[in-house]
Amino acid sequence: MVAADADGDGRMTFVEATVRWLTDPASWEGPGGIPARVVEHLALSVAALLIATVIALPAGLAVGHARRGQGVSVGLATVGRAIPSFALMGLVLPITQAYDPANGFTIYPTLFAMAVLAIPPILVNTLTGIREVDQDLVEAARGMGFTEAALLARVEAPLALPVILGGFRSATVQVIATTTLGAILAYGGLGRYIIDGIAQRDDGMLYGGVVLVAALAVGAEALLALLQRLAARRSAEPIRANT
Amino acid sequence: MLDWGWIGDHLPQLAFRTAQHLELAAIALAIGFAISFAIGVAAARWRVLYPPSAAIAGIVFTIPSLALFAAFVPATGLSILTAEIPLVLYTLVILLRNVVAGFDAVPADVLEAADAMGFTRGRRLLRIELPLAVPLIVAGLRVASVSTIGLVSITAILGDALGGLGFFIYEGMTRFFATEIAVGAVPTIVLALVADRLFLWLERAITPWSRRTRTATAG
Repeated sequence: MVAADADGDGRMTFVEATVRWLTDPASWEGPGGIPARVVEHLALSVAALLIATVIALPAGLAVGHARRGQGVSVGLATVGRAIPSFALMGLVLPITQAYDPANGFTIYPTLFAMAVLAIPPILVNTLTGIREVDQDLVEAARGMGFTEAALLARVEAPLALPVILGGFRSATVQVIATTTLGAILAYGGLGRYIIDGIAQRDDGMLYGGVVLVAALAVGAEALLALLQRLAARRSAEPIRANT
Repeated sequence: MLDWGWIGDHLPQLAFRTAQHLELAAIALAIGFAISFAIGVAAARWRVLYPPSAAIAGIVFTIPSLALFAAFVPATGLSILTAEIPLVLYTLVILLRNVVAGFDAVPADVLEAADAMGFTRGRRLLRIELPLAVPLIVAGLRVASVSTIGLVSITAILGDALGGLGFFIYEGMTRFFATEIAVGAVPTIVLALVADRLFLWLERAITPWSRRTRTATAG
């Protein structure tokens, strides 16, 4: 470790240790290497977001279009938001493990908790976006003979797109940041470096992991913010704050 | 499925960990509220302060909790500071935004009327702006308290001395013991839901004129 001691005081600062770990070719190789961990991290995050989308998007579209059941949906979303992910992972662990001893400990509890984490922002933003579409436009389209399905697909959904994407954006950032917790349950992903870094008192690995997860979350945030802006420019509606 | 005997034997520990959980959360909320209130009031007067503080808060929010707790380990060891510094930072992200939005939501004509009535800046802040900002501030406290209660359980990775109810979740996971996990997880969820309801009730009690809840915080 003394080899990386740039200021010559015999100790490495955490910055030196982090740079050394991040630039060490060994950190980038093999099944525990950075590329492999990033893939694991993104795979679980994307899977959780897909599950959440399959559940929350149709539900949000239906409730927003029908303009009924909003109170129940928002209430459920509030409860979902209040449930701590770590506690949820713990609760489902014994159940998933009983059904699948191989993946029940590593993948499923994290996947389940991340899907639950992603549902509320997608659901609430989708139904809010649809509900806030100008009702004059909706009536005009209805008068032109649009079926309800066509109305939703061609009028309401495109106009609500920026708000819906806002929901995806906050869901994505939260999921990428929180998937880190999977490492506590022996899943891979970038949280692995943080847990192992604490356990092995390896500051370089610990901070390297911190930097990588933060970069991934900030990168996803920037990408989705750009997408959202493009969508907002296409639909003439201004972006509404997501709530 | 649950080992009720184990639960019965560990009631004193459960009480201790629940109290610790609430203590860790309350300290973070109190400090976070004091700091964000001070910055919020300052930013309400000097607008230039708001963009930089909001930008910093936004960046903090994208840092995973596990990473932020771990980040202070080399500096502060496995002490209570290692848990409280990140907990306070996360409350700041939520509270600062709502405090500023609260002051921001005070209509300009109300302020002009107050000035015309001869209110000084200090009295106007205390008697006019603050009461009108309270609903959004309480809404922020609600979101912050729920998120802090969840985050406290993650401090269990920092060792036995911390974690609150998360201690049982973490130890139960490492020992493959479902009962112990449930003893930590169920009360954690209950605490979070109770805090949510409590602040929602408070929010409605303070603002009987608005029947819709208002939240300025993104989910």
